[in-house]
Amino acid sequence: MRLKDISINNLKRRKGKVFFLILGLTIGITTVVALISITRMMNEDIANKLDEFGANILILPRSDDLSLSYGGMSVGGVSVDAQTLMDSDVPKISRIEVSENIATISPKLIGTVETEGKKISLMGVRFEEELRLKRWWKIHGSEPRSRDEVLLGNEAAVRLFKSAGETLSINGKKVKVSGILEETGSQDDFLIFGDLAFVQETMKKPGGLSLIEVSAYCNTCPIEEIIIQISKQLPHAKVTAIKQTIETKMEALGHFKKFSVGISMIVLLIGSLIVFTNMMASVNERKREIGIFRAIGFRKSHIVRIIFLEALIVGLIAGIFGYILGLGISQIIGPMMTGMKGGKIMIDPLLAIGAIFLSSLIGILSSAYPAIHASKMDPTTALRSL
Amino acid sequence: MPACPVVRRSALCRRKRMSLIEIKKLNKVYQSGEERVRALLDVDFTIERGEFVSMMGPSGSGKSTLLTILGGLNHPTQGEVLMDDIPIYKLSLEKLADFRREYLGFVFQSFQLIPYLTVIENVMLPLSITEKSSKEQVKMAQGILERMGLIGKEKRLPDQLSGGEQERVAISRALVNSPPILLADEPTGNLDSKTGKEVMELFKTLNKEGQTIVMVTHNPENMAFSTRTLFLKDGRVEKNGSKT
Repeated sequence: MRLKDISINNLKRRKGKVFFLILGLTIGITTVVALISITRMMNEDIANKLDEFGANILILPRSDDLSLSYGGMSVGGVSVDAQTLMDSDVPKISRIEVSENIATISPKLIGTVETEGKKISLMGVRFEEELRLKRWWKIHGSEPRSRDEVLLGNEAAVRLFKSAGETLSINGKKVKVSGILEETGSQDDFLIFGDLAFVQETMKKPGGLSLIEVSAYCNTCPIEEIIIQISKQLPHAKVTAIKQTIETKMEALGHFKKFSVGISMIVLLIGSLIVFTNMMASVNERKREIGIFRAIGFRKSHIVRIIFLEALIVGLIAGIFGYILGLGISQIIGPMMTGMKGGKIMIDPLLAIGAIFLSSLIGILSSAYPAIHASKMDPTTALRSL
Repeated sequence: MPACPVVRRSALCRRKRMSLIEIKKLNKVYQSGEERVRALLDVDFTIERGEFVSMMGPSGSGKSTLLTILGGLNHPTQGEVLMDDIPIYKLSLEKLADFRREYLGFVFQSFQLIPYLTVIENVMLPLSITEKSSKEQVKMAQGILERMGLIGKEKRLPDQLSGGEQERVAISRALVNSPPILLADEPTGNLDSKTGKEVMELFKTLNKEGQTIVMVTHNPENMAFSTRTLFLKDGRVEKNGSKT
């Protein structure tokens, strides 16, 4: 017989109490595992949503020519070197190795046109992509459905005295104003948005592009990697990350992570208290036994080892159950909170090992005081009948 | 000759003295709030190897205190306790635990068996913290259980045994490590008179085989089984009974 047999037999004897001890710790570990898993899911979900919300990569022609500012970024080579970026470059972006990280590619051509006797900036876009990228746009009227329809920025509409449904002449071509954008406070307010092919034709730049905006999911893959891969595909273009957007997103995710860490800490603290009070009660109940052990020659360290071993066994069991339950719960709650589809259970060995290790550590740390307290018990007090 | 255990090596293996236990000017004072209770007053006596000493006295006479002091469980206020020439209360607490394991076997009042361990596990308890292999432990426990007539009951839990059987398990546990001294506190206190007598017969047999026994008892009938009786009253040894 070894000390472990004493620990195991004692745990077997106190089935009810051990059950609640394991349950208490299991709840703690379950919560932590569930929170970590749900946080990961939400992080991914939020990150993806944030990534879809506006572009985070800007592709410009390599040119030192005329600079045009758009969205706070310098857009070069509009008039002189407009051939540097072409329609044919767009599919190349989708061919990069980490193409699954690309959410939206929105090619654009910008130029100045004469309309209603006024010079105004015209931007050719693919409306499907542009509207996906600019989810904050609110359109009075309707989205353009054909190449003869345009959207007007708020300021542009005021300057041109146009409202939705009216027609407009651009370089002599008649187009219909399908809708007016609500004020955005950005450069978009001053622009006319037309179909890309129509604008290329109007500006006599067939296939030409001024810039390409890309929104990439940079949650699972560093944005630098995506940029390097796009640059390889488009050696003639300058690919840059819109750092400000990325930093804002990272900050939002950081807050969320901090919140879940806070909750986890509180739950773990409660779990530790449950183990501590239970172990303390167990030690007090076992005063007589500990007295016998001490009387027949057990050292203090032997008593500590018996109690630590019990805590370790409880911790290991709670860790395993906690991980399994936490994973299960996250699969139910996660999709509800994120709107993502559940179904696939992601077994993360690192999280599993971490949960079991954490549970055992809490078990042992919470039992440290009860164990030392037990070892210091006076055997004569413990053996009152002597 | 097998290697001496850590504690025994220091004395038993080095020299052999006649007195196994020497108590010199032993005093024990309990402080209870403002009140000082003198449990033992200048107690002096010796116990030789192979003696069976019973300690008698009314409640509060100090006999239980004396037994706990002999058991290395209760530090005296003054005086010296030499066992096999070892001043046991000068040992560190951990060494004192080792001493108890190697020198003493306890038979407690009301058996004090561990309820969740089987008979054989209870007997192996003192061996569980030694280097002995599981096989060796089982062999030693089986040996003593056989002597105590408990073969066939090894796998039972204490509450599945009669009082007499539980007492014999407690004695087996005390003797499994072959300690030089067996300390017993009211070993018949929880037994009917017939079983109590059987246990005392067993003690007598053990003593005849050379086992030194120190027993605290209330029962005057048990006195007859011992070789000497110490009478205690008000913390003093009133009568150091003659050897029978």
